[in-house]
Amino acid sequence: MNTPLIEARKAGRILHGEITTTLVTDISLRVMPGELVAITGPSGSGKSSLLYLMGLLDIPTEGEVLVGGEATRSLDENHRADLRLSMLGFVFQFHFLLPEFSALDNVLLPMRALNRMKEPLMRNRARDLLATLGLADHLWKRPDQLSGGQRQRVAIARALANEPSVILADEPTGNLDTVASAQVVSILRQIVDEEKKAVVIVTHDPGLAAKADRQIQIVDGRIASDGFTASYRATMAS
Amino acid sequence: MNLIIDIAWTHVTARLRQTLVGTFGVATGIGFSVMMAGLMEGSQKDFIRQLVDSMPHIAVTDEQRQAPVQPASIQFDTVEFRSLSTETERRGIKNPLALIEALESWIPGAVAPSVTTKALIHSGGRDLAVTVIGIDPKREVHVSKLESQMIQGELTSLFKASNAIILGDGLAQKLGVTVGATLSLATTTGAPVLARVVGLSHAGNRMTDDNQAVVLLKTAQILDGRTALINEIRIRLDDVMAAEIIANRVERQIGYKSTSWQESHQDILSAFQIRNAIMVMVVGAILLVASFGTYNIISTITHEKTHDIAIMKSVGLRAATVRSIFVLEAAFIGIAGTLIGWMLGYILCFFVGMIEFRSGFTDMTHLPVLYAPKHYVIAGAVGMLSSLIAGYFPARKAARVQPVDIIRGAS
Repeated sequence: MNTPLIEARKAGRILHGEITTTLVTDISLRVMPGELVAITGPSGSGKSSLLYLMGLLDIPTEGEVLVGGEATRSLDENHRADLRLSMLGFVFQFHFLLPEFSALDNVLLPMRALNRMKEPLMRNRARDLLATLGLADHLWKRPDQLSGGQRQRVAIARALANEPSVILADEPTGNLDTVASAQVVSILRQIVDEEKKAVVIVTHDPGLAAKADRQIQIVDGRIASDGFTASYRATMAS
Repeated sequence: MNLIIDIAWTHVTARLRQTLVGTFGVATGIGFSVMMAGLMEGSQKDFIRQLVDSMPHIAVTDEQRQAPVQPASIQFDTVEFRSLSTETERRGIKNPLALIEALESWIPGAVAPSVTTKALIHSGGRDLAVTVIGIDPKREVHVSKLESQMIQGELTSLFKASNAIILGDGLAQKLGVTVGATLSLATTTGAPVLARVVGLSHAGNRMTDDNQAVVLLKTAQILDGRTALINEIRIRLDDVMAAEIIANRVERQIGYKSTSWQESHQDILSAFQIRNAIMVMVVGAILLVASFGTYNIISTITHEKTHDIAIMKSVGLRAATVRSIFVLEAAFIGIAGTLIGWMLGYILCFFVGMIEFRSGFTDMTHLPVLYAPKHYVIAGAVGMLSSLIAGYFPARKAARVQPVDIIRGAS
């Protein structure tokens, strides 16, 4: 079997302050290519914290997180930034776009930071990405001129810009109406099915979780259950 | 990298008003620094020019630096002499003509003999002690600006009457005399002389104009009671600033005390040094205050942009990249401020130069302003540097933002 894209080995994040707070602990999991994983759990259970650990935004205080087979805990900040830039894409609940820049420029940001291809090629790719996500007419609009769903799609386009292996989404539909949510979910689904990337979604929406291939439930910072969803089994069976 | 410039440019242009305030802060600092420096150095140069013009660059006098050793001390190994009258020296430079010839052979400039003596002018019941300088008008034109400072008569008018005298205009006013008047001059040693005023001079410097009278060499020698006396050799150099070095060389060569204009005006020059130190501090303070403005703006921007910083860092921009974005923003403010500051400085200099100004001590009619590229370069460099430093600290703080803290707070 090929290497997991992200792997956690007994990873945990404990805040040592006046009161010791355990965000997550003893997490072991593997995210494989072509998987749509939903992380669910009650609020405050630590599902977002887990996502930040997997996305190298936070450093585990125990255990180890591997990205593309590489151990990351002892990497310096620059290395982690480089890995985020090339291997991982993020989509957050609040759109987190740069407000003064057009949709196109926001999608260009990671490509220009990585700087692996020529500017005109980057522009073409950014345009294509936005067009595939149905935003061909909104390239030059700034985030405040776009609807919530459109912004979230720009964020997805940005997350995809550098062709990362894994997309990590934190409540990507949390702020959207039903139609826009459905659209976002189907886009994420498509990314998994067609491009064999892995998508990890943190959500408290059971409907969204049900559409994933695999659901990991976090309770009190620990994995309570981890298994394929009914819909996945149904697809496999057919 | 292109991206950094793009983001930095967008940030500063999106907050145009703040950016302009910061830019004008830097510009004002640089503009006023340039003006201050131009004014300070201009007035200083102007003052020195007048000072230098009103006197020879180097004066070789018939004195020695150290009191001469008494013959008895050379003759005997003694511990102490008492009640020994000191040897009287004949005053005057020995063999002056040969000396002048020797000096003329290597000094880049002109050399002229003169006699300087103190005399009492008696006129209309008033007595004034003045410095009387005996000159050779033909040579004098090469060593001083006296010729061009004449407001009535000419230097050669001295030949027109026996015992002719040229007075400083201040002196003439004090005595209440005009051209054509007759004065009586007396010294402690020589014979009294009746002199006729043939001209008035104006050096624009009160010290000179109120206390100086010029006569022919011969007249001064009669006043001092010694024919063929030369007690001062006046030297004018092609390069004014070389005076100190050449004076030292002359002194080593001929043994007489040679005083450069720098040495004779040490007090004023050291006052200028203090003035310059004050100027540097004031200018430094102005630029420092301007850099606080820049600090404030970059701080505000980084604060407002915490969210954006979190986005950029979560996408995978390195801390150094984020830091350079904000340092670059400070640089933009610094560059724009410098350019505007230069223009402002030039305009300020222009207007300050138009201000009418009169002082009893000198002859200035307008504030003298020096336009020196050096001032612009230094003010610009200090302004840029302080902007960069002012931007660096908030930028460093911004680069340390952990995206996870911001994202957690937002959701």
